[in-house]
Amino acid sequence: MRESLPQWDYVIAAYAILVVVIGALIAWSWYSMRQAEKRRDEVKRR
Amino acid sequence: MHIYANPKRFLSLASWLTPLLFWSGLALSGAVVAYGLLPALPGWLSDLGVQAVPPDQLMGDTVRILFIHVPAAWLGMGGWTGIALSSAALLIWKHPLAGLSARAIAVPGLAFTIVCLATGSIWGRPTWGTWWVWDGRLTSMLVLMFLYIGYLALAQATAREGASPRIAAIFGMVGAINIPIINRSVVWWNSLHQPPSLTMGGSAYETVYLVPLLVSTLGFSLLFGAIVLMRMRALVAQQQVEARLRRRALQDEPATRAATSMEPA
Repeated sequence: MRESLPQWDYVIAAYAILVVVIGALIAWSWYSMRQAEKRRDEVKRR
Repeated sequence: MHIYANPKRFLSLASWLTPLLFWSGLALSGAVVAYGLLPALPGWLSDLGVQAVPPDQLMGDTVRILFIHVPAAWLGMGGWTGIALSSAALLIWKHPLAGLSARAIAVPGLAFTIVCLATGSIWGRPTWGTWWVWDGRLTSMLVLMFLYIGYLALAQATAREGASPRIAAIFGMVGAINIPIINRSVVWWNSLHQPPSLTMGGSAYETVYLVPLLVSTLGFSLLFGAIVLMRMRALVAQQQVEARLRRRALQDEPATRAATSMEPA
């Protein structure tokens, strides 16, 4: 028996995982860098 | 290499390198994601001679997953190679930023390993008829994911407790044993996974698949580099804050002690 699966659903799911995981990683890395550098500048000024 | 042991020098380099890597990486990887998701290309691109991704004879349209799954696998493995090299630099030369760079690499390395496992599983369902098989390639890649989690937990715990960063570095070097196992797993053991398609000797991919694959690998590698620099900048800033607060506490301590000793009994 040959199973016919909607191939585009799998393609879209794979790309969606990439965009969500890497997008979240970039946002978190940028935010934590900005926060850490802001705190360093504040401590330096005090 | 020791030139950049000075955090000030490293930060002056990272301040212009981070946006450069980030925006170039985002442009290239974004272009490949758009290319992989478009069933047909706009007319102006066709006029330039760019053709849409043709369905593969066996895999059909799911061949488009190739452009994200393979770079994610390479970067997952490359990330751990970077951890091992940084760990060696820490253990041999005691390079001050080596421990930080290993910790910074671990986070994107873990993320790309997760993307590789998830996209591979999704790709396996329509092509192999199953989401998962416990063969050499998939299992060793899963082991890599757990190694990343273990490394991150160990590195954070040693940093928090003030223990030696060499503990995590030794773990990083021992864990590198898994990298050649992943690479050779499809040769050593029978597997549903295909044997290496791209080697130093040549490529089994047709040009229409190979070019976007190489562009996406370059794009994601640049993004990986930008994320590592962002993480390193955050870790350097945290260390500088801790050092400054510690110095201040030590300076304040004699003054506080003198003030309390002068108080009447």
